[in-house]
Amino acid sequence: MVPTGYYMALSAALFAIGVAGVVLRRNVIVMFMSIELMLNAVNLAFVALGRGFGTADGQVIVFFVITVAAAEAAVGLAIMLAIFRSRETINADELNLMRW
Amino acid sequence: MPLWLFGFLAALSIVSALGVILQANPVHSLLALVMTLLAVAVLFIGLGAVTLGFIQAIVYAGAIMILFLFVIWLLNLQAEAGIAGGRLARRFFGAIAAAALMGELFAILSRAPSGGNLEAPAGYGSIHNLAMLLFSDYLVAFEVTSLLLLAAVVGSIALARRPAGARDGAVAPPRAAGSR
Amino acid sequence: MLIELLIAAIKVIAVLVTVLSLAVVLLWFERKGSALIHDRIGANRAAITGLGARMGIPNLGFINTALADPIKMFTKEDIVPEGADHFLHTLAPFLALFPVLITFAVIPFGDTLKVGGMSINLQAADLNVGLLYILATIGIGVYGIALGGWASNNRWALLGAIRASAQMISYELPLGLAIIAVVMTYGTLDLQVIVRGQGGVWFGWLPRWGVMLQPVAFILLMTAGMAESKRVPFDLPESESELIAGYFTEYSGGKQAAFMLTDFAEVILVAALVTTLFFGGWQVPYLYPDGFHLPGGAFLALPNAAVAIFGVIAFMIKLVAFCWLQTLIRFTLPRFRYDQLMRLGWKGLVPLGLLNVLATAFVVVAFGGPH
Repeated sequence: MVPTGYYMALSAALFAIGVAGVVLRRNVIVMFMSIELMLNAVNLAFVALGRGFGTADGQVIVFFVITVAAAEAAVGLAIMLAIFRSRETINADELNLMRW
Repeated sequence: MPLWLFGFLAALSIVSALGVILQANPVHSLLALVMTLLAVAVLFIGLGAVTLGFIQAIVYAGAIMILFLFVIWLLNLQAEAGIAGGRLARRFFGAIAAAALMGELFAILSRAPSGGNLEAPAGYGSIHNLAMLLFSDYLVAFEVTSLLLLAAVVGSIALARRPAGARDGAVAPPRAAGSR
Repeated sequence: MLIELLIAAIKVIAVLVTVLSLAVVLLWFERKGSALIHDRIGANRAAITGLGARMGIPNLGFINTALADPIKMFTKEDIVPEGADHFLHTLAPFLALFPVLITFAVIPFGDTLKVGGMSINLQAADLNVGLLYILATIGIGVYGIALGGWASNNRWALLGAIRASAQMISYELPLGLAIIAVVMTYGTLDLQVIVRGQGGVWFGWLPRWGVMLQPVAFILLMTAGMAESKRVPFDLPESESELIAGYFTEYSGGKQAAFMLTDFAEVILVAALVTTLFFGGWQVPYLYPDGFHLPGGAFLALPNAAVAIFGVIAFMIKLVAFCWLQTLIRFTLPRFRYDQLMRLGWKGLVPLGLLNVLATAFVVVAFGGPH
């Protein structure tokens, strides 16, 4: 039986890697993928804790997280398509119209 | 699940996660992310959440990632030259910040109460249990989520539709001659 | 422990070898069977110098063709187009082949075989969520096709790949809906339990096969399965007269062989699924674990090994019959235009599947539980 702490450690590592991806990469699609990575890390934590406590609530929450992630990915990518059509770039450094 | 299997899957998921953020070609990043998702799906199955693991493989790795792949094609993304815009300071401090975050998370989570690894009740991760919970305790959330999906479908079609009469930039691959 | 591992390994190897040999037989079906349907002589030029003729056996031509084709494919030069992504170009065919082959692990091909005090379940992997596993592997199978077209640095291949992946993910929906209807009817996701539930007879003579309970789901599964495996009439992504070869234009040699193998293996997979879910799998009509109980009262006792072997033979016969059905459909119908294909999938099959699920739900609740 693998202790829950190991799963939490893995979840923390994946989350940190996702954060690094969002900070380091300038390509918006890769930033999206890093966000999905963070969501997966959180899903893993939910399921591991749910298993540790013996309830299935963790799984239900993960079910909803997966669904919401799907909806968010669809809408976010549609926004990216619209931006690309007008600005011809999806490098986050160059999408700076709203900066002071 | 046996410890060696967990170790293998953990190593696999961390290596692929690093592959996601470190590769220049977005399609390679996507493949690495698919591998991470599948490794996490197997971890779910090992934790007893069998249905959820397969749902993750079917929905996340099998559908959402293909959506990403389509968008990468439509935008005709090439491999980036130089990750992080070439500014060494940002790369350096970004890596430091991520490492600091990971250290903090380790510190906090190792003190968190994590249950006693109680024996899972019979049929723990089965579809039956999941459905009983979804349709009784979490019914409102379920219905709201279906509305959310509907809103997402309508919204993404509305956002991504070409404005009428606009010229198509260098976006999609050229149509075949004698277009259909 | 070691014995169980050995038995599992033998089962896995047996399943894989059967699938791969059946794929070669399908290759022959395509050549000679299409010739039969089109009223012409098929490929008959390959010959192992005089084999057959010298032995006085008239027509051994099919073996020669079936042997020659794979040998030809594997010994051709492997070309990677200039500017293509080497890694993905090599990975894609096998990424397409792998999910299709591992799906066969959960298809039951026989009843329990009792040998030397052990009961061997004739199914390579006894998962109790077998149907979910099949849906997952079918979903993963899209990647190989999509990446194969993209990695070729060829805009027509990319077009074929986009069409292929859009078609595959569109038809996963009716496939899933058909499977849901079957799951509701039998109350389980385990394929071996579903096959066992199709034993027995109604009214004393009608075998209790799934197709009687779920005819609409059978049609849905057959159609969606053929669309998933990109067979005619749904083969626009790889249409030979329009896109040369679509997503595998730039592939030659062993990699093309892998893509072809994927095609045939998916045909076998659809046939296996249809057989297992709707036509009783390894159930022989009137054959029970202890022998034949014919309508009219005759009873023929059989040892367990004979029953199991009958089951396996029945499964193979049904499998080959459905492969032949798909080949027949392939060489008879013209292909769908892409928008017709999408329209059929989304506007035709998905509502039909949903209505079927609804109707099944009513019937199941009305009759109080599965069956």
